[in-house]
Amino acid sequence: MASVSTNEMKAGTKLLIDGEPYSVIDNEYRKPGKGQATNCIRIRNLKNGRVIDRTLKSGDTLEVADIEEIEMQYLYNDGEFWHFMNPASFEQIQASKTAAEDAAQWIKGEETCRVLLFNGVCISVTPPNTVTLQIVETDPGLRGDTSGGGGKPAKLETGAVVRVPLFVQQGEMIKADTRTGEYLSRIGK
Amino acid sequence: MNGEGSGWRPSATLKTLEARAELYASVRAFFSARGVLEVDTPILSAHATVDRHIESFSTAAVAHTRWLQTSPEFAMKRLLAAGSGPIWQISHVFRREESGRYHNPEFTLLEWYRPAFDHHRLMGEVEELLCGLGVAGAPFERLTYREAFQRYAGLDPFTAALDRLSRTVAVENVSAQQAQDRDFWLDIIMSARVGPQLGVKAPVFLHDFPATQAALARVRGEVAERFELFWQGIELANGFHELTDADEQQARFEADQAWRGARGHAVPPFDRHLVEALRSGVPPCAGVALGLDRLLMLQLQLPDVASTLAFDSGRA
Repeated sequence: MASVSTNEMKAGTKLLIDGEPYSVIDNEYRKPGKGQATNCIRIRNLKNGRVIDRTLKSGDTLEVADIEEIEMQYLYNDGEFWHFMNPASFEQIQASKTAAEDAAQWIKGEETCRVLLFNGVCISVTPPNTVTLQIVETDPGLRGDTSGGGGKPAKLETGAVVRVPLFVQQGEMIKADTRTGEYLSRIGK
Repeated sequence: MNGEGSGWRPSATLKTLEARAELYASVRAFFSARGVLEVDTPILSAHATVDRHIESFSTAAVAHTRWLQTSPEFAMKRLLAAGSGPIWQISHVFRREESGRYHNPEFTLLEWYRPAFDHHRLMGEVEELLCGLGVAGAPFERLTYREAFQRYAGLDPFTAALDRLSRTVAVENVSAQQAQDRDFWLDIIMSARVGPQLGVKAPVFLHDFPATQAALARVRGEVAERFELFWQGIELANGFHELTDADEQQARFEADQAWRGARGHAVPPFDRHLVEALRSGVPPCAGVALGLDRLLMLQLQLPDVASTLAFDSGRA
């Protein structure tokens, strides 16, 4: 198993700690002039996104997590798993609810997503930054309102709910930002 | 961070290099006005520090290994024994494996020695120097090691139970040997809790360290007559009311060598010339080493020491 020493841990280095995969955000070397040196690392759990700090003795090594990040096309959901395909190799993988849940509300099929594999198993799916989807449910807006101030909730065909301006109607296509969950624009028919 | 082909460029701006030159000139004027002699000692030696937590670079010379100094301390004390009187120098020092935001393996120390001074009087002179340079304003605070731990970690470093110390900061992969070592935990707490809070408003002198962390300082009961200067949470200087007892010095060197050997660390030869010099007689004195790169970094409000260096270790 490959390992890295504290002085090789940089932002983005993938570590295996207590069986969980982490990505290094920051690594700070600390040393009293005449004392024990330490590295304080800030790391993100790649499964649940939680950020924690760990103190290591300088010179210690940790195992590298087997992490692969690939662009894959979303195919379909069979009720239990979300299926993706590598467009280059045509290899297919499935993602569990835990891994795909956050992305699932934004994707309906054929989108290119970033898939994170840990020991070959999908642990997270990142949808495209922006998506174009149809509104399937929203209250009728007030006539004449074009400002977008205030807004109202609108449910999209994939399940996500975004706030849209009052003039946007059910059945219309909109563009949304998946990172912020915000409405961006209305797409003309 | 840097585009292809830009690795030849300096780490510091020209303005910073000018500020460094000014700093050196001011330091020189300060000591000249006080009749302290500027000296220049070798950076390459047949001996090295055996400090438990400082690693020396060594050369691959065919006949005899030579070591790069981690501080000019031993050579300067030999000059004191030879009757130099008060001396100072700015020198490059080298410490293996020390690299980070506030560390570069090669860095610059201002070191000076004052016969007849004790550590308190020398703290006063450090304060006068920094105020004179205009980099920090008086008054500096003086705190004992115990007071600092009580104030910022809520524990007494001399009496707190071992498990109280080890519960303060979680550390991965601690060996059984380290788990039983009070100084290991005190260092960790210093780095993680106490140090970062020292010198936020004005610089702070920390003094009266535990005797187990005496290094080359005199011991008085349970404390060592050693001080460090902190400013904005960063350690800037380390000073001692110097140990002048040759037998005690040799015993400490041998104990440090044994400590290193037992842990599989490199065991360099300690400086026998220093022990001989102490035996022939070094006057009672106090000495201090101050990190000039860090001082410049704080003075110019730069984000890291690399920004103060013409070329940091990644470009050297």
